[in-house]
Amino acid sequence: MAQVRVRYFASLRERKGIEEEQVELLEGETLGALYLRLCPPIPGGVLPVAYARNLTYAGADEVPDDGDEISFLPPIGGG
Amino acid sequence: MLAIVDGPIDVGAVRAAASDPSFGAILVFEGVGRHDFEGRRVVQLAYEAYAEMAVPVLESIAAEATARWPGCRVAMVHRTGIVAIGEPSVVIAVGTPHRAECYEISRYALEALKARLPVWKKEVYEDGSAWKANTPDPTAP
Repeated sequence: MAQVRVRYFASLRERKGIEEEQVELLEGETLGALYLRLCPPIPGGVLPVAYARNLTYAGADEVPDDGDEISFLPPIGGG
Repeated sequence: MLAIVDGPIDVGAVRAAASDPSFGAILVFEGVGRHDFEGRRVVQLAYEAYAEMAVPVLESIAAEATARWPGCRVAMVHRTGIVAIGEPSVVIAVGTPHRAECYEISRYALEALKARLPVWKKEVYEDGSAWKANTPDPTAP
């Protein structure tokens, strides 16, 4: 089975209570579907996120490969 | 110099990294912690970064600036951790042969950073805290 490393930051890190985890992918699972599986909607709505795959921004419909590093990015606030 | 640091930013070092004897202008922008947000008193700011991704984003922004304004030099450092009010969370230094493009590049780099850099800010108030997201600036270049 394909496995990815998922990293959490900021509000998602606080919500999950972990900084990262190894996750087995489902067949054909997209980044968007993986996000909904790992971070299901909570009251107040789904937190809007951007997706990162191997340190670059990625689309929600991309299907990750075994060994990829994935992150779901809450709205950023640098500057 | 394109970096994420976990501690105070050495502003002089960022400026030096954007300097060159052929430059007639060096502009140093500091984004600093602000005292209040919509009437709530901010005690401190805490920044968190996806550093392994953030550095390549800074490199991309600098490369875009160099392609658009050949001959310029851009240095950008964002910090993480707890930032006191009045202390810089980000420093952008731009050096150019002439002043006009120096202002343009500085603004471009800052707005690109605010739109793309995977960094998060938590405002800590006297009575709680909140993660604050950037809002797009309609006047951005």
